[in-house]
Amino acid sequence: MGLQPYLILSAVIFCIGLFGVTTRRNTIGILLGIELMMNAVNINLVAFARYTANAAGMVFTVFTICITVTEAALGLAIVILLFRVRRTVMADHLDLLKG
Amino acid sequence: MMANSGTLALTAWLLPAFSFLVLAIVFPLRRLGRPAAWFSVLCAAGAFASAVMAWRIQSVAAHPVHLVWPWLPSGGKTIADVGVLVDAQSTIMLCLVSLVALLVQFYSLGYLHDEPAPAFGRYYAYQSLFAFSMMGLALAPNLLQLFMCWELVGLCSYLLIGFWYQRPSAARAAVKAFWITKAGDVGMLVGIVMLFRAAGTFDITELHSLAATNALPLAGLSIITFCLYLGAMGKSAQFPFHVWLPDAMEGPTPVSALIHAATMVTAGVYLLVRTDFLFALTPNVLLVVAWIGAFTALLAAVLACVQDDIKRVLAYSTVSQLGYMMTAIGAGVASAGFLHLLTHGLFKALLFLGAGAIIHAVGSNDLPNMGGLARRMPQTATVFIVGTLSLAGIPIFGGYVSKEEILGAVWGAHLTGPFLLLMLVAGLTAFYMFRVVFLAFFGAPAPAAQVTHAHAAHASHAHGVHATTAGTAARVAHTDLHNETVVEGAHVNETPHAHEPPATMLLPLWVLAIGTMAVGVYTTFGGRVLLDPAGAPTAEGAPGWLTPSAVGVAAAGILLAWATYQTRTINPVTLANAFGPIRAAALRKFWIDDVFEGLYGIVLLGFSRIVGWIDRYLVDGVLNVLSDWTVQAGDELRGIQTGKPQDYVYGIGAGVLVLILLMRLVF
Repeated sequence: MGLQPYLILSAVIFCIGLFGVTTRRNTIGILLGIELMMNAVNINLVAFARYTANAAGMVFTVFTICITVTEAALGLAIVILLFRVRRTVMADHLDLLKG
Repeated sequence: MMANSGTLALTAWLLPAFSFLVLAIVFPLRRLGRPAAWFSVLCAAGAFASAVMAWRIQSVAAHPVHLVWPWLPSGGKTIADVGVLVDAQSTIMLCLVSLVALLVQFYSLGYLHDEPAPAFGRYYAYQSLFAFSMMGLALAPNLLQLFMCWELVGLCSYLLIGFWYQRPSAARAAVKAFWITKAGDVGMLVGIVMLFRAAGTFDITELHSLAATNALPLAGLSIITFCLYLGAMGKSAQFPFHVWLPDAMEGPTPVSALIHAATMVTAGVYLLVRTDFLFALTPNVLLVVAWIGAFTALLAAVLACVQDDIKRVLAYSTVSQLGYMMTAIGAGVASAGFLHLLTHGLFKALLFLGAGAIIHAVGSNDLPNMGGLARRMPQTATVFIVGTLSLAGIPIFGGYVSKEEILGAVWGAHLTGPFLLLMLVAGLTAFYMFRVVFLAFFGAPAPAAQVTHAHAAHASHAHGVHATTAGTAARVAHTDLHNETVVEGAHVNETPHAHEPPATMLLPLWVLAIGTMAVGVYTTFGGRVLLDPAGAPTAEGAPGWLTPSAVGVAAAGILLAWATYQTRTINPVTLANAFGPIRAAALRKFWIDDVFEGLYGIVLLGFSRIVGWIDRYLVDGVLNVLSDWTVQAGDELRGIQTGKPQDYVYGIGAGVLVLILLMRLVF
């Protein structure tokens, strides 16, 4: 198989993730969308690593996975705290930054 | 021997500075009052002794002594030195200043004995500072040091006029004196700086040699000398800057004697004497000096005739005599003016201290509250009459020769106009001074009731409230003064009868009277050379009729005063009515004060109003508009921040798209 199917898969997953981030009202949904986008990036990285026979892409994927895990943990912790304080996790209710 | 006189002069100069520093820093001593006063008096005595020794050496020395230290170094050479320039002129001035300062400080021991101790100490600290500054002015080797000391004496004058700062009128008079002299000082500073640009030096000796070798550029020199003259006008109370001097009488009388009669006000004359070689190069400025001097002399003499306040009469007479000195300088004979400065310093200090003794005894400044004092205070009366005769220019008294010199110099310079004015002034001087003598010392004593409340009349006088009845005046005074001790001569309440002053006050009076007489006799019989070795003989050119006519005019003035106020052959009211309009104008001080007030009101306040409008509406307006715009723009733009995460994601997405497009299209 060539490079293209991987990239298409990656693009599709990225778009699904982006769609989720932009349309979900629930903060947890947004976080899930972000996870999807991250994984799309991971697929991209691995595909290119294989295609160019360069191990650097693999190494970066490992890094990204670590960061994704941390991000998910932190994000969920923030959401839980937010829920305790505001009794909601709906993104459109959390508009403290509104000018 | 030569260096010796420099050291002596330096000692004389620095002793009062030492006294001032001690009194200023060691405040427990100052707050003790009387010991502080004695310390200051001792320092003044030491200064006087050194000054006399310096003068005795220098009056026969051939060369002036320069004792200077570098100051203001600039690129390898010094712009100005600090130190003393000891010559005949400066040492004789030093003697006058230290003598009068010593006598006045001694006199104040008695005069101000009712002051609270801290105020007493403060008074002596100021006195020492003044003595230091004035001697520094006299000894200054360059114009820069002279200017600094000039400002210092102005400061001391301010502090001492406002010595009773609890009185609003005294505080106002102090500020008035400071401002008006400052107006002249600005001109003087400009003149000094311009002179430095033209000549490249501040040093008086160097300037002198430059002028002697015609190395000074003549172009623009008139402006420079006129600027210097402006400073002298302010300090020496020349028209139209004379208005501060009569108000300066708000200070204690010994201060008036020292600062506003004998020494500080003559600083302007001294400056012109010191720089007369510059003025000699600018005859047009000299002409201005002469005319303004003569006009000032006449104006002040007329004003003195209508004053009821004894100190104001003396103040106007000081202005008038300063006009005399200035006219002599304007006639190109600075030495005559300087001689009059010296004799005037002696007899005017005597007159002021005598007036102080009267005020101390009567408790009032106003002539109507006096009368018949010769019987009660024979010694004061004697010395006062000696001073009066000196001022009137009667032969063998102090002011006779110097006045003749001036008249001779003015006539010799073909200044007929000023000469006639001065002759008229000679008569007026004799008249108004003997008016004071007859009203105060002879005639009927003032009613006792008036005397008892008299101190109140004095306090209220300066507000322009002429006390018509003692009762109202007393009320005015008591509402004004929170502190009874600030009333001059307050002890009168305890002893209603006028009496001779204590010995501390009598002694200086006698010293000055004897000094005046000695100088008068000495100069009359041709001893002028020792007094003023630098001066060229001038009276030779004077015609023979000059002396008899001048003395005759003075005698006529005395006679008129005698007939009016002693024998009452001429009714004073009739005399006053004969000069109706002039008298009315003089009572309003010829509206000069009003003109100043008007100028202040229209020019200064008007200008302030314009500046205020510009600040309020233009400067502030621009800032307000700018800040309003900023706030509005913020208000408009805050709508972008919705607070919804998705909107931010759209923002990021749009940004990325723009970046990609840029990459595609531009690069």
